[in-house]
Amino acid sequence: MTQKTILEVRDLNKAFGAVVAAADINIEVTEGEIIAIIGANGAGKTTFVNMVTGYLTPTTGTIRFLGQDITGRAPAAVCKAGLTRSFQVAQLFPGLTVMENMLVAFASLRIGTASFFTPLNNAAARKTALGVLSTFGIDPHADAPVSALAQGVRKLLDISMAMISGPSLLMLDEPTSGVAVDEKFPLMETVMAGVRQTDATIMFIEHDMEIVTRYASRVIAFYEGTIIADGPVAQVLDDERVRKYIVGQIQAAATADSP
Amino acid sequence: MRQIDYSFIAIVLAALLLALGAVVFPLWLLSTIVNIIAKALVVIGVILLMRGGLVSFGQGLYYCIGGYVVGLGGQLLGITDIVLLLVFAAIIGIVSGAVIGLLMSRFREIFFAMFSLAIAMILYGMLSQSQALGSTDGFNVARVTALGIELTAGQASLLIYLVACALAAILSILTHIYYKSEVGFACLAAGENEVRLQYLGATPNRIFYGTYIIAATLAALGGALTAINYGHVGPNMTYWTQSGEFIFIALLGGSGSVMAAFVGSTLFEFVRTYALEFAPDAWQLILGTVLVLIIFFLPDGLWSLIQPARSSARIKRRGKAPS
Amino acid sequence: MMTFLAIVIDGFIYASWLFIIAAGLSLIYGVMRILNMAHGSFYAIGAYTVASLAGWYWSAGLPPYGGIVLMFVIALAVGALVGFVIERGVLRFLMDRDQIVMVLVTFGLLLMFEDIIKLMWGVQSYYAPEPYSLFGSTDVGDLVFVNYDLAMVGVAALVAFLLWFGLNRTRQGKLLRAVIHDRELAITMGINVRRLFVITFSVGAALGTLAGGLVAPAIAVTPGIGIEIIVLAFAVVVTGGLGSIQGALVGSILIGLARAAAVNLYPELELFVIYGVMALVLIFKPRGLFALASTRKI
Repeated sequence: MTQKTILEVRDLNKAFGAVVAAADINIEVTEGEIIAIIGANGAGKTTFVNMVTGYLTPTTGTIRFLGQDITGRAPAAVCKAGLTRSFQVAQLFPGLTVMENMLVAFASLRIGTASFFTPLNNAAARKTALGVLSTFGIDPHADAPVSALAQGVRKLLDISMAMISGPSLLMLDEPTSGVAVDEKFPLMETVMAGVRQTDATIMFIEHDMEIVTRYASRVIAFYEGTIIADGPVAQVLDDERVRKYIVGQIQAAATADSP
Repeated sequence: MRQIDYSFIAIVLAALLLALGAVVFPLWLLSTIVNIIAKALVVIGVILLMRGGLVSFGQGLYYCIGGYVVGLGGQLLGITDIVLLLVFAAIIGIVSGAVIGLLMSRFREIFFAMFSLAIAMILYGMLSQSQALGSTDGFNVARVTALGIELTAGQASLLIYLVACALAAILSILTHIYYKSEVGFACLAAGENEVRLQYLGATPNRIFYGTYIIAATLAALGGALTAINYGHVGPNMTYWTQSGEFIFIALLGGSGSVMAAFVGSTLFEFVRTYALEFAPDAWQLILGTVLVLIIFFLPDGLWSLIQPARSSARIKRRGKAPS
Repeated sequence: MMTFLAIVIDGFIYASWLFIIAAGLSLIYGVMRILNMAHGSFYAIGAYTVASLAGWYWSAGLPPYGGIVLMFVIALAVGALVGFVIERGVLRFLMDRDQIVMVLVTFGLLLMFEDIIKLMWGVQSYYAPEPYSLFGSTDVGDLVFVNYDLAMVGVAALVAFLLWFGLNRTRQGKLLRAVIHDRELAITMGINVRRLFVITFSVGAALGTLAGGLVAPAIAVTPGIGIEIIVLAFAVVVTGGLGSIQGALVGSILIGLARAAAVNLYPELELFVIYGVMALVLIFKPRGLFALASTRKI
């Protein structure tokens, strides 16, 4: 397995006027890693994801993906380069069915002048869409309108839409948020099982340390816009500052004790 | 797949039936139907934009451009062939839509609505002050010819009617293809969640741009047909009330299918004829009242009574979560 | 030099008219998120009401300066009443709808009012020129300015001051600003948003009718002045930033000056110039000069 660097973030800064949302972010992501991003609310995690995916332009710094400079490129371009994301609140097309959401996602990649005449619902597109939906176990809902879906299914659809392009790097913004507590683990299990069937590298934002411990191989901890720790799971979760600002002493002790 | 075939067949059948009417319908009815078709074409454009969440208060701009192209084509260039005129109008519609669309496709919601109104009113100002073009009165349009042959009034009416039916059929089929196409759905999606669409690799501005050009061309053809039918054009074609009418018909019909535009236009024509006969000074009052009522009670338009709409055009009540 | 002076003074006079009507429009949008197309109707109603009632007053030979007071009172009262009726009767049932729907509804109302006005006042022109010449005129070199017009600048300044004071120095104003900023949050904090909506719409409508009422002596009041003004008022509030009173102020001045320049130099380009200014501003600031802040979506 080659140790290719697929994402390289150098000296990334983002300021909104006097508010510093991100300062001196430096990260290198190797192909195949599963990285958890942790931090309190407002620590800059989503801002980081927004910058990498092109929604926000960094004030200074560079972002290189698969060898290309993608700093400041629009989300559409970043998506086509192979970097996609899912959202904390599932971003779907509410007036369409699940299948139509997927078909639109599929069509968006290659939309061009021919698209005025190409039917959305063609055999090839449908096949690909159903394939991804079944990977995440939501193909039974294919013809359901989005408005009728349960929260867990919505999140899985959100992720399915991000996966249909076969991305090299997938960033998940709090994949289990908004879901009932007893549904979090099964949901994350489904997500990871599905994503692992491809060779996408994964970065996910998460607040639940048990999920972090179970699925991640590396943790990046954010605090007030900067990275305070970056390394193997146990090491980061045991870090003094991480325990102080993010995890909490008791929680950390419990995690250290669990097998 | 089955569904598309059915629609194509239905459209062609309807057009053929309508065309057969030329044999029995009186001339005034032929003219009325052409008018209905002309307006419906413009309304299709309004509906396409509305599906994407854009309400154009200025389709009258292209309606007027199409009409004036026909009028000036005859006056300045001596073109009176009906097909040539329509093609000419379509081309000018595409070009002007492409130019203005560069600006318009960057705006949304009320900005888009008001800008479209403004541009249409600017044209109104220019035309009504232009002595050369007849100021507020406009000018007459020469009778159309076919393949170089001069026609009598009756023959011309027949020709216009048949051409209108054919045009309606062709454009309905093309619109139907658009509805089912990737761009058609992408436009709908863009109106619902633009950011998500960007994240999936599409550029909403470009999708709206393409749709806008289509709407402009449709409006230009509608205007051209109107000019050919009535034999007269004037700046009132781009006045706000005209654009308001198109929006009204669009809301009346709903955005569910291509047929909605024709149903709405037919209804509108009949209501207007009676309203003008019984209450000519209250036409705008009636229009406004019905508009408000539709927004209150039938946000998906009349067509939704026949076929419930799935698209969440912005007109619908917005999200209290379904229980 | 004279031309320059003419442009500046003309510009500020015109800006004053624009501001009074734009302020009402911006206020309504800011608080209620409604781009009220019927504002043009308020303007027209104000003009017609003042033209007919005040016209009668002056013809009856009553004290002329009292007539000025009457103009203000009538215009404001009619506006508040019409605004109240519309808000309570129509708009309050649609407050959960999309912004574009509100534009369509107010557009419907505009259409209705066009005919209602014609039914009430007919299609002939109304004139009420007496107040216009009441204050005499001022000579500036070759130029003659009617003092009534110059007084409008004072009225606009007063309106601006009262709005600023009301929004920033009174308790009700603070509540209004809270609603402007975040309606849902204001509701959860117990602010009586419904009552504020009625008040805001009535005040905004009153400003619209006031503008119309004050302009009536200077023009021929005819059907259609409502729609002419709404197209202009829109340019002003969009340039300044929807919902911002200071935006309405700056926007009015910018567009007032631009229009005066066009009228004095290239009259055919009047509308072009106005919308050109708006387009130019939007290129650099896509939501206007002083747009309200919006929260991140994702």
